[in-house]
Amino acid sequence: MELDPLFLSRLQFALTVGFHFLFPPLTIGLAWLLVLIEWLGWRRNDEDYVRAGIFFGKILGLTFAMGVATGIVMEFQFGTNWAEYSRFVGDIFGAPLAMEAIFAFFMESTFLGLFLFGRNKVSKAVHWFSILMVAVGATLSAFWIIVANSWQQTPAGFAVRNGRAELADFWAAVFNPSTTARFLHTMSATVIAGAFLMAGVSAYLLLKDNGKAVGSKTLKISLIVGLIASVAALFPTGHHHAQQVAVTQPEKLAAMEGLIHGQEGAPLTVIGIPSEEPPELNYAIGVPGLLSWIAFGDADAYVDGIEDLRQQGHPTPPFVITFLSFHLMVGLGSFFIALTGLGVFLLVTRRIDNSRLFLRLLIWSIPLPLVACQLGWIVAEVGRQPWVVYRLLKTSHAFSQNVAAGEVLFSIVMFGLVYLMLGVLYLFILVKKIKQGPQPLVVKEAP
Amino acid sequence: MDLNTAWFLLIGVLLTGYAILDGFDLGVGVLHLFARDDQQRRIHMQAIGPVWDGNEVWLLTGGGAMFAAFPLVYARVFSGLYLAFMLLLVALIFRAVSIEFREQVDDARWRRFWDWAFGLGSLVPAILYGVAIGNVVRGLPIEADGTLNVYFLALLNPYSLLVGVFALVMFVMHGAAYLAARTDGELQQRLARWTTGAWMAFVALYLVVTVATFFTAPYLFEGILGNPLLWILGVVLLGSIVYVPVAINGKAFTRTFLASAGAIASLVGLFGLSLYPRMVPSSIDLANSLTIYNASSTPRTLTVMLVVALIGMPLVIAYTAYVYTVFMGKIVATKDGY
Repeated sequence: MELDPLFLSRLQFALTVGFHFLFPPLTIGLAWLLVLIEWLGWRRNDEDYVRAGIFFGKILGLTFAMGVATGIVMEFQFGTNWAEYSRFVGDIFGAPLAMEAIFAFFMESTFLGLFLFGRNKVSKAVHWFSILMVAVGATLSAFWIIVANSWQQTPAGFAVRNGRAELADFWAAVFNPSTTARFLHTMSATVIAGAFLMAGVSAYLLLKDNGKAVGSKTLKISLIVGLIASVAALFPTGHHHAQQVAVTQPEKLAAMEGLIHGQEGAPLTVIGIPSEEPPELNYAIGVPGLLSWIAFGDADAYVDGIEDLRQQGHPTPPFVITFLSFHLMVGLGSFFIALTGLGVFLLVTRRIDNSRLFLRLLIWSIPLPLVACQLGWIVAEVGRQPWVVYRLLKTSHAFSQNVAAGEVLFSIVMFGLVYLMLGVLYLFILVKKIKQGPQPLVVKEAP
Repeated sequence: MDLNTAWFLLIGVLLTGYAILDGFDLGVGVLHLFARDDQQRRIHMQAIGPVWDGNEVWLLTGGGAMFAAFPLVYARVFSGLYLAFMLLLVALIFRAVSIEFREQVDDARWRRFWDWAFGLGSLVPAILYGVAIGNVVRGLPIEADGTLNVYFLALLNPYSLLVGVFALVMFVMHGAAYLAARTDGELQQRLARWTTGAWMAFVALYLVVTVATFFTAPYLFEGILGNPLLWILGVVLLGSIVYVPVAINGKAFTRTFLASAGAIASLVGLFGLSLYPRMVPSSIDLANSLTIYNASSTPRTLTVMLVVALIGMPLVIAYTAYVYTVFMGKIVATKDGY
């Protein structure tokens, strides 16, 4: 069998970015929750919150280290595996990556060191400031990465000259048509991921009667924050993002919503069985007119289907993957609202401590937001195919021509093995830390 | 000074920052392989625990800045040296997680494994950086159409390996000086001996590398002898090298560390000065070289990013310096590292 360097490079990118993308959402979400918890610990002088801060701070540190270790690969991989892409977009795409490093990475990693190791070395105010800076840095980091990726989705502020995309308007490139919508939607997803981790761990503490005082407080915070974020992921951020896709990337919209033939009063498909080439959707159940309304604010509006776009000469993305990923993500998102909504109801009615089944459900739900994040990422990236830069550069023209397929195969196997090991160890250590539970405070003498 | 030169200088500053800051982390990692006991290894990890992460960001920033300012270098060189980069990435991954993982399980074999991961994860990059510089000095086989593809083993030529060992020795000296400044008693004396030993090897190898460079890449010496910058950097280098043993003798280890940092900075400076305005010379024909002009982004991007860097980097340096002052002082080893 002939090895295909394009396929292998795509596989490697999907593997490395997918694995990396497990950690940043947790880091960002947890960091903001810790900003809240550390604030309460400091201002109310409440020992439980301080213990919670130390306990979840260690989980943050572990997760952050994984994000850093796997993130280094991303910073270099555009050059190693996507040299033609890097050459074509370098004038624009490199800038947000450099901005991320300068304005975000330095901030998060420097202040995380201060947060984790400096609790007894600096004042409480400075210590709280350090976790705030971690959260702000992590958020800025997400912003610049989404700027870079959004430019691939909806390129703006450039002109193609000298065989490459050259910057014409910096702010137009940064705030291209999809940046804001995608940033807000992703941020709500990161908060869900952090909140579900915290809620699940808190539920475990309550069930095992280990650090109950800490667990009941963090459970309350994480369920409330989780509910707000889950709702926000659907509305306004998810809705806003869908509207933006409808206008700027009709091929992606048609594929993710399963609209084969364009129509007025297009239905919103709730469920259906998709198949590829020719793209078909069978046994579909939908709400008539709703897609038209969501996309254009008018239930009678005409929405282009996959076939229309093809006839207009636009290649469309793989249908089955885009459709299924999107619908699974939406399904999970609805489940998050239901679960956190129920949780807040149990909190308000003071029944949560005895709802053991619900607490157990929270534990098993910890990974679900990460699954949803991965699915959302797949919709974004697969839904853009066959383009790597929408309607400008095809993925098949972007990979490094000078790297042999065998070399890429070697690095895939290597990353595959290393990441498998890291994933297993991360889970092992995470579970171990959670089982240890929040430790009692030791009064340390100031050095 | 034109924009392209400013960016060449700025990337030089980022790489110098990386070499000085993560340089001592790498040195500590290599010394880790030679530590006497668990207590000492714990001190190693704690000496860099709060800061290594921020130090490594200098490399990421260098990579990002290279992409933004000189995309053609980023695209051509990174793909042309594919396997070398993959090896570097795996080493850096292991190094990063070993610091986090080591103290998580109370088991001697577990710790030994991560000690090795940390040590080798530091040793390999330390040598690879030198090998990379050696290969850039020799020139890489860049074709007339700008493409480049180097077989991995071809990178391991004698000259580049020599520079690799030189870099290793330099980082060990730097890391030993850093640890000596942060420890006391018998361990400090031991580290002082390591610093002295590494310094001797550093001086010897420096002479060998200079002579070897003269024969390997004579073009580097053309036209820079009259450049006053060369002489300034040379004086700083010489002064730093001479001052290292003086400071060790006076048990002033922070100064030893600063002198070693001065030596690293002036070496990177000399390397950049002799390359300028080339970034990656071509071994096939110097006319094919990637230069700061033919590999750069547009003036608009360079201008925007220069503004960003001039606003951002002073901030970074300010808070990094602050955090360093918080963690100054002698290390008291604790079990969980927090």
